[in-house]
Amino acid sequence: MPGPMRMSISKVNFYYGQKQILFDVSMGIADKRVTALIGPSGCGKSTLLRTLNRMHETVHSSRLEGEILLDQQNILAQDVTALRRRVGMVFQRPNPFPKSIFENVAYGPRVNGFKGSIGDIVEKSLRNAALWEEVKDHLHKSAYELSGGQQQRLCIARALAVDPEVLLLDEPCSALDPISTAKIEELLVDLKNLTTVAIVTHNMQQAARVSDFTAFLLTGQLIEFNPTPQLFTTPGDPRTEAYITGRFG
Amino acid sequence: MGSRSFLSRLREGDEIARLITLIFAAMVVLITLLLVYELWVNSTLARHKFGLSFFVTRVWDPVTDEYGALPFIYGTLVTSAVALFLAVPLGIGASIFLAELAPPRISDTLQFFIDLLAAVPSVIYGLLGIFIVVPLMRTVIYPALNKPLGFLPIFKGPSYGVGFLTAGIVLAIMVIPYIISVSREVLLSVPRDQREAALALGSTRWESTWKVVVPFAKTGIMGSIFLALARALGETMAVTMVIGNTPTISASLFSPGDSIASVIANQFTEATGDLYLQSLIGLGLVLFLLTFVINGLARLLIIVTTEKGSKVSN
Amino acid sequence: MNARLRWRKLVSNFMLTMTGVCAFVCVSVLFLILGYLLFNGGTSVNWNFFTKLPAPVGEVGGGMANAIVGSAKLLLAASLFGVPVGFLGGIYLAEFSGTAVASVVRYAADLLNGVPSIVIGIFAYSLVVLPFKHFSTFAGAFALGLMMIPITLRSTEEFLGAVPRMLREGAMALGASKWKTISTVIVPAAYRGILTAILLALARVAGETAPLLFTAFGNRFWSNGWNNPTASLPVMIFTYAVSPYEDWHRQAWAAGLVLLGLILIINILARTILSRGIAVPRG
Repeated sequence: MPGPMRMSISKVNFYYGQKQILFDVSMGIADKRVTALIGPSGCGKSTLLRTLNRMHETVHSSRLEGEILLDQQNILAQDVTALRRRVGMVFQRPNPFPKSIFENVAYGPRVNGFKGSIGDIVEKSLRNAALWEEVKDHLHKSAYELSGGQQQRLCIARALAVDPEVLLLDEPCSALDPISTAKIEELLVDLKNLTTVAIVTHNMQQAARVSDFTAFLLTGQLIEFNPTPQLFTTPGDPRTEAYITGRFG
Repeated sequence: MGSRSFLSRLREGDEIARLITLIFAAMVVLITLLLVYELWVNSTLARHKFGLSFFVTRVWDPVTDEYGALPFIYGTLVTSAVALFLAVPLGIGASIFLAELAPPRISDTLQFFIDLLAAVPSVIYGLLGIFIVVPLMRTVIYPALNKPLGFLPIFKGPSYGVGFLTAGIVLAIMVIPYIISVSREVLLSVPRDQREAALALGSTRWESTWKVVVPFAKTGIMGSIFLALARALGETMAVTMVIGNTPTISASLFSPGDSIASVIANQFTEATGDLYLQSLIGLGLVLFLLTFVINGLARLLIIVTTEKGSKVSN
Repeated sequence: MNARLRWRKLVSNFMLTMTGVCAFVCVSVLFLILGYLLFNGGTSVNWNFFTKLPAPVGEVGGGMANAIVGSAKLLLAASLFGVPVGFLGGIYLAEFSGTAVASVVRYAADLLNGVPSIVIGIFAYSLVVLPFKHFSTFAGAFALGLMMIPITLRSTEEFLGAVPRMLREGAMALGASKWKTISTVIVPAAYRGILTAILLALARVAGETAPLLFTAFGNRFWSNGWNNPTASLPVMIFTYAVSPYEDWHRQAWAAGLVLLGLILIINILARTILSRGIAVPRG
């Protein structure tokens, strides 16, 4: 795989109780690039994403085997709270806190004890999330007064505010209208400059537009992992081809 | 025709059923209205004689037939305040454990025990209050508070075991189950991804619980506190058994006192004379209004919470 | 891991442990209560307790037979009053009423439910004791029955509402009138839940003391019929506990154990039935 890997996933097997969800998955998340995870519903792409910041541990019955490295260090051996500051997450449905816009973005820096002006951090994050112009005069309004698309960009700003090395997005546009979706897709391409991005999407066109590398999963197995242009024009595996040409899923 | 009379008979049967059940449903409303009416009418003498000064008069003297509600309002409020002061942190803490930390089966089992606690009658709490808490107050709690902190007005003076603090402690135990049950439910209904979002920003478990989940549920939790308050205000037996039954207004928590409910319980059957009795009933009216308002607020807060939960998911 | 993070984790572990302590403390109160009652009253729950009348004041011995029977009478009469009102009213809410009337009735029931029991006692006094100029079992039962109404009403409405549509529609499709459907299909489907809720209501009023203080009042002897004041377990506990007599204290503990034991058993049974969904009709 060309380019340095910010994260690498090695022979990961994942179980919820007795049920195995991921089978021997190995791939990399390229530094300062966008990597997309695609596949039909239930293929395990979200599950895989959530292992990258150990979010799976919030479910008691989950079990992970294998190795996941961030900057060559095994994330499973580190402190999970410190890890999650470095690997951020944006969720499928916008989930701002019941606080003001400002306080939502300020939450991360505050709780992690960031030095310096919180106001500056908030502004920078909102700019990076392409939301600043729309909210700069209303920072103390409740986050719930924003539209769905704005709330999701707020969640992106919130995640960016702790300066993560990797940003995970789990189908961030699936609850949004086409216009908001387009705005966020533009944003994702710009985010590459700030941080490494991994995104789960069920929208293949989105993956093709936005990402540099794409991984295709099917029933818990990694079928193909290649640079995006290559995967979409000359897929290496017939199952990948079947999926991207719409023959199933 | 045969079928038509059959149909109309059918409908008549339904009509009768509807009417009968309506009457009973209406009875509920009528009874409630009657209750308020009776309270109002049977306190007329007192209301006319004392008017609003009833609320601020300290004197309660059956001999001179002078009645003022202030000592009892004071006692009710102080014991309830002490109760909430103790019950709220304990109750919310326990509900956090049950909702956020305990695995579902343990959480359900513990909640089951809490529900049983809520079923213990007031008089049993009073029994334990007299024979366990009062001696405890005399031997342990009073010395522990009065020696180091006796210069504070609330901890001044002697203790007879009974008093505001004792009643407050017993009340606290009685109202904790209400705080726990409602708060636990409200906390459990906070959407998962709120907590996950906080964790994903590098919060510790406590930070995600205290700074995100609990604030999200704060309206419902407030509702549970108001519910607990309403219970505390109206509690009679346990309070009357440990409060001391002297209409005193004192800053010291160790002082014996009296509450609205407990003075009614104690003096009602001994009330000679109409003014005496009607003043007691007037106290009952005051208590009714107090709990009416607080219960109303509690309901409002709990309704707002359930609506908020559905609004946020848009 | 830097120092700040170490501190935050320390705080986190500490606070979370404290919540566990809170939960433990709260739950252990239940067992403390039971423990104290057993320890202090266990040995006094004997044949005499159940069969003898109270001894003259100051004398040692005697029992609470009249209080036990008195409580039983009060609860029986209370149910005869409170349950039909709540049950039939609940049927109206669930099956016949429009939303406006339903809200008013529900509101009234909630209001009634929140009235402190001593105020219910005052109400019963003014309605039943004052006009007849004496205390009576009847008055006490009225007060307790009032308290049973809101719980019965709400549970009836809830359990009838939970009956699956298919059951109702099936019956009506066969030509049954509304009342027939209610009485032969819906109520039978929901009756277990409603019955359990009524049991819970009974358990609740069984322990009530305040409303009896000036309605049923009390009696050192047997109470004849329904028109005389009667002893009851909760009032006996109160009277004996606040008295200066050691022997009365002992009996109060015994009575407390019996009363709480009964209430807890009913609660455990009722709640287990309700939580297992045995009472919920399946479609």
